[in-house]
Amino acid sequence: MTTIVVGWTPDEYGEAALTRAVEEARLRQGRVVVVNATRGDALVDERYADADQLARLSAELTEAGLEVDVRRSLGGEVGDQVLSVAEEVSADLVVIGLRRRTPVGKLLMGSVAQRILLGAECAVLAVKPQA
Amino acid sequence: MENLGLLMDGFGAVLTAENLMYAVIGVLLGTFVGVLPGIGPAMAVALLLPVTYGLDPISAFIMFAGIYYGGMYGGSTTAILLNTPGESASVMTALEGNLMARAGRAAQALATAAIGSFIAGTIGTLLVVFFAPRLASVAVDIGAPSYFALMVLAIIMVTSVLGGSPLRGFIALFLGLTIGLVGLDLNTGQTRLSFDQPLLAGRIDVVVVAVGIFALGEALWIAAHLRRTPLHVIPVGRPWMSGEDLKRSWGPWLRGTAYGFPFGALPAGGAEIPTFLSYITEKRLAARKGRDEFGQGAIEGVAGPEAANNASAAGTFVPLLALGLPVTATSAVMLAALQSYGIEPGPSLMTDQPELVWALLASLLIGNVLLLVLNLPLAPLWAKLLRIPRPQLYAGILFFAALGSYAANLQAFDLFLLILLGLLGLMMRRFALPVLPLILGVILGPLMELKLREAMALSRGEVSGLWSEPLAVVIYVIVAIVVIVPLVVRRVRPAPAAVAEAEGLHLTAEDEENVR
Repeated sequence: MTTIVVGWTPDEYGEAALTRAVEEARLRQGRVVVVNATRGDALVDERYADADQLARLSAELTEAGLEVDVRRSLGGEVGDQVLSVAEEVSADLVVIGLRRRTPVGKLLMGSVAQRILLGAECAVLAVKPQA
Repeated sequence: MENLGLLMDGFGAVLTAENLMYAVIGVLLGTFVGVLPGIGPAMAVALLLPVTYGLDPISAFIMFAGIYYGGMYGGSTTAILLNTPGESASVMTALEGNLMARAGRAAQALATAAIGSFIAGTIGTLLVVFFAPRLASVAVDIGAPSYFALMVLAIIMVTSVLGGSPLRGFIALFLGLTIGLVGLDLNTGQTRLSFDQPLLAGRIDVVVVAVGIFALGEALWIAAHLRRTPLHVIPVGRPWMSGEDLKRSWGPWLRGTAYGFPFGALPAGGAEIPTFLSYITEKRLAARKGRDEFGQGAIEGVAGPEAANNASAAGTFVPLLALGLPVTATSAVMLAALQSYGIEPGPSLMTDQPELVWALLASLLIGNVLLLVLNLPLAPLWAKLLRIPRPQLYAGILFFAALGSYAANLQAFDLFLLILLGLLGLMMRRFALPVLPLILGVILGPLMELKLREAMALSRGEVSGLWSEPLAVVIYVIVAIVVIVPLVVRRVRPAPAAVAEAEGLHLTAEDEENVR
């Protein structure tokens, strides 16, 4: 059975990635593993979903008739956390949302997407939210 | 009336473009560090002390005043929006404030906290203007034995009454007193605890101690607990409140001020007791009126404790200016700042340095106004600060810590001391030792020794010389009561923590750790 890992955040980028991941899962009769990760080194991280948000997401996807596994993870680089989940579930595809970033911004903040693109063993699909 | 005239002169000194700029910088910096839990106003003043070496004392103290009040205001913002009170004084604010924020009334909670702080701070400062000179004029005649007794009272109160565990308090106090002993004995010229290290003979700089314990200790503690589940901040727009909110707030503001000021003004300040009393009073009054919203986010429960907190902060300036006795960590560091300018704090401060004292009091009032004007519109921005990752934040703090410790004496040896003291700070946090008694011990210890020796010299070595003055006897009686009464009361009645629980307040282990 095909396994699709999606790096999800409770914002438009996560939404775009998830929508596409669900489409792919339907197409290939696969299951979806949703990963929501944080470095946990700031007091507040809006991209880290709370329990309510994850429960709602899980319920919605199950209702839509998908086999779904929602995970939260706290650790080092967010990109590495997604990759290690992908490895663990032997993912066939990783879907991520891309945000626009200036070269300077990328230099300063690094890029989760770049880490995943370069480090993944499987195919990576990067999507952007509709403008 | 004479005092008001002097205060006007103080305003004259403060209201220059340059000094106003320092006031604005102080308020902004203070709020910045106050918003971030774990970095209190005491740490901010300690870190910025060396930065102000180039300024004249008045400008520096204008900035410190801004940092002090800004830090208090910032602490209440985090308490309300995140339910993580940065210091014990804002625990009570967090209780109802966070419930209000969850119920979608964050803007009103922030507004009542800010306006309440402003009112309490202003009334409190005016009371300082009224009381401090009177107390100082009486205090000038206090002899060495009574002065020693007063300092004993202050450290005993801070150590055993405030904070949960008297034993831990005393451990911290004696650590501080020991650090204060290091160096040359000014009477005999002998070196003490210097381990034949010439650099230690010149006493350990208070700045190095404060920065090491507060900043480095906190940074190491954070590094040991780097990754934690992030929290969600409650989004907030510009704080505002309706007429109805205002009507419900003004009573608690004034009552909170009445509770807070006397507790701050006693040589045993601390805002824990008055904020608690204010909370309980407002809850009872609300229940009597039949409009008890406590437990669902009552605006009275934010307005009262927040006012009590600020009034007590203002009150601590009475013993600081009139007696040279600091009772909070921030005022202890401010006292160290005074000393670094070669100004000897004590009852004669008001007559020796009137410009400085009145400028400081005027700048407290100005800082209060600036706080209200600047921070009400900036609240959403302050909430964004909470997203700064800890590694970047603490790297900045460590930079200032190292810079400050080095700048104090331009000695690389001080950096070594800084690291040692930072490790001590980490250990104190690990074993939940309070920091305030240690800092007080370091600062008051040498002063106590001086007065003790003076008293002993007067009585030619007779120990009874220590209670030769009536005032000293009265103070020792108070000390005895302060030590014995809680022991008796705890036998008869449950501890405040148990009362708090019975009142339906639930402080979880996590909260207690945050309050640390």
